[in-house]
Amino acid sequence: MTGKEKINVPLMAELAAREEKPEYLFWVGCAGAFDDRYKKVTRAFASILNHLETSYAVLGTEETCTGDPARRAGNEMLFQMQALQLIELFHSYDVQKIITICPHCYNVFKNEYPELGGTFDVVSYVEFLDNALSEGRLKPDLSKYAGVRITYHDPCYLARANDVTEPPRQILRLLTGHLIEMERNRHFALCCGAGGGQMFKEAEKGDKEIFIERTEEALETQPGIIATACPFCMIMVTDGLKYKNREDDVKNYDIAELIAHALGK
Amino acid sequence: MVANFIFSILLILAVVLFTKNVRRIAQNILMGKKQRIDDQKPRRWKNMAWVAIGQSKMTTRPLSAILHIFVYVGFIVINIEMLEILIDGIFGTHRILAFLGNIYPVLISLFEIFAVLVILACVIFLVRRNVIRVRRFWNWEMTAWPRSDANIILVTEILLMSSILVMNAADGLLQVRGDVHYAALGPFLISDLMQPWFAGMTDSALVTLERSGWWFHIVGVLIFLNYIPYSKHFHIFLSFPNVYYSSLQPLGKMVNMSNVTKEIRMMLNPSAVESATGSEEEDIGQFGTKDATDLTWKHLMDAYTCTECGRCTSSCPASMTGKKLSPRKVVMDVRDRIEEAGKLICRKGKDASDGKTLFDRIADEELWACTTCNACVKECPVNINPLEVILEMRRYLVMEKAAAPGELNATFSNIENNGAPWQFSNEDRMQWAG
Repeated sequence: MTGKEKINVPLMAELAAREEKPEYLFWVGCAGAFDDRYKKVTRAFASILNHLETSYAVLGTEETCTGDPARRAGNEMLFQMQALQLIELFHSYDVQKIITICPHCYNVFKNEYPELGGTFDVVSYVEFLDNALSEGRLKPDLSKYAGVRITYHDPCYLARANDVTEPPRQILRLLTGHLIEMERNRHFALCCGAGGGQMFKEAEKGDKEIFIERTEEALETQPGIIATACPFCMIMVTDGLKYKNREDDVKNYDIAELIAHALGK
Repeated sequence: MVANFIFSILLILAVVLFTKNVRRIAQNILMGKKQRIDDQKPRRWKNMAWVAIGQSKMTTRPLSAILHIFVYVGFIVINIEMLEILIDGIFGTHRILAFLGNIYPVLISLFEIFAVLVILACVIFLVRRNVIRVRRFWNWEMTAWPRSDANIILVTEILLMSSILVMNAADGLLQVRGDVHYAALGPFLISDLMQPWFAGMTDSALVTLERSGWWFHIVGVLIFLNYIPYSKHFHIFLSFPNVYYSSLQPLGKMVNMSNVTKEIRMMLNPSAVESATGSEEEDIGQFGTKDATDLTWKHLMDAYTCTECGRCTSSCPASMTGKKLSPRKVVMDVRDRIEEAGKLICRKGKDASDGKTLFDRIADEELWACTTCNACVKECPVNINPLEVILEMRRYLVMEKAAAPGELNATFSNIENNGAPWQFSNEDRMQWAG
């Protein structure tokens, strides 16, 4: 992703006006829309969707919060208000499949919306990208990161919460011959510290910040790149690298960005 | 004859007392809310076989896993010897299983090998707890009682196993000496090696030693049996049903509050809900968990199953970075609170209240430190879920007390007003596309 040129992203409402229906709803999420760093990830993934000529659309200004942070912070009322409202919106567009980049959104859609009447086929972007790569539909330049040491930080809501541990690793193993695991990985990975509403508040008093503990663990692998697959993990790891004064020699990229870069985007 | 009589009385007393204590615990567990768990039975049995019987989740820490296997298998195998001791005790026989012939010394030797392994494991466990002081055994919730409880269990197991070995050694010596009451049944693999320690003793002294070993073991077992319901050691019984009834859902799935769903549907469309449920006014009830009795029976069973190993706490990101939260403490608090509430009801009747709640034990600061990362749930070798308790208590704080931290209240109003936890305008949602 070089410049800030506009990329063409179809909107659900526009398609509906033409009586068209995309295969996938691409759910951007709050960080994907508003966090300056993570917007680049959204762009990267959308550009891959365009590259693949995937039939998709986003909700744009119709998107709202899934309610996940409210639910984890104890506000079930607000969560369900958001959820019921969204389910109605999804049904009005006859949404069948949803792709998410945020693991937290993925988790609520997949596991928690069905009980409220919203059952959809929910796909995480790492699963989607892994499929596209293994089926040969995506042909990234495999020399781009071949020699780079990459470590992967598992987001709790992909790995522990939903057993999605291998697709991101398959992608990374394709891109680099040097995927180095941290000591705590997969189902036993250490949280970045942002989940459960922590993203939106100061941490409780302790003797260390969780994101620093995790960043230090990542740095022990002597990586060139710390790969993440969650907006909140990215915010935490990026902060951790700043705190450790390592942002110049160690980069934090999302998996979608690595693929987009290797596709020359 | 007198001995048989005394033995039988002791046995009956021990069993009656134990049954009473188990019933007390069952009643306490049933003070929790009802929850029906009767789905997917084959998967539940499989889980139980794999996680509880097979101890699959222990393996993440190999040393304690192996040592625990020694104690666990030892406990099960040596219970076969308990059967012999019980029959001998009631009928005044001596080593009734000797009719097994050549298999008998093999069996006894096997028990002895396990007895040694159990002693070895317990000694290493004691060293880990008291000399090396492995950090998870010294967290701040591990006060004097939980630490003593662990030591009492380990020392008792060492004594119980030692008494079997001493008894067998004395028995073996008497066999060698051709005592008429001690038919030659040996050799016994381990205790034969101990015989030289007692070689200087007279026959009658050996008989006393052998009998003392026997009585020490069985009385010890009966006392220990009645200690277990007051101890974290109760996990030896509850681990199996606790794993069986544990959730089969992905860890990321939170329990839905159907009373909230109903309330919202009523707000959105009052007439539809009324016609569906009839005009009956149903009590919506309290939101979230204030006291242990607001939790389900499964959460309470979790609490009684906990053996305070601290794997949850040692893997909790909040705990390891010095926050006040410890998932193990949450589970222990639930257990201690339901014990307290149970005692009160026992003494003062069903509607008695001491005005206390779980919040007298668990501070808001602990609850708000959780990242909901599920590490504690993943770690627990017996599928206890500390996270659900934390989340249920958050629900109470937020929905009944409006007591969320200020920043989270701001997050809530952002979600409500802007459709995002951050204060951005919804109009800017497509800016990322350029």
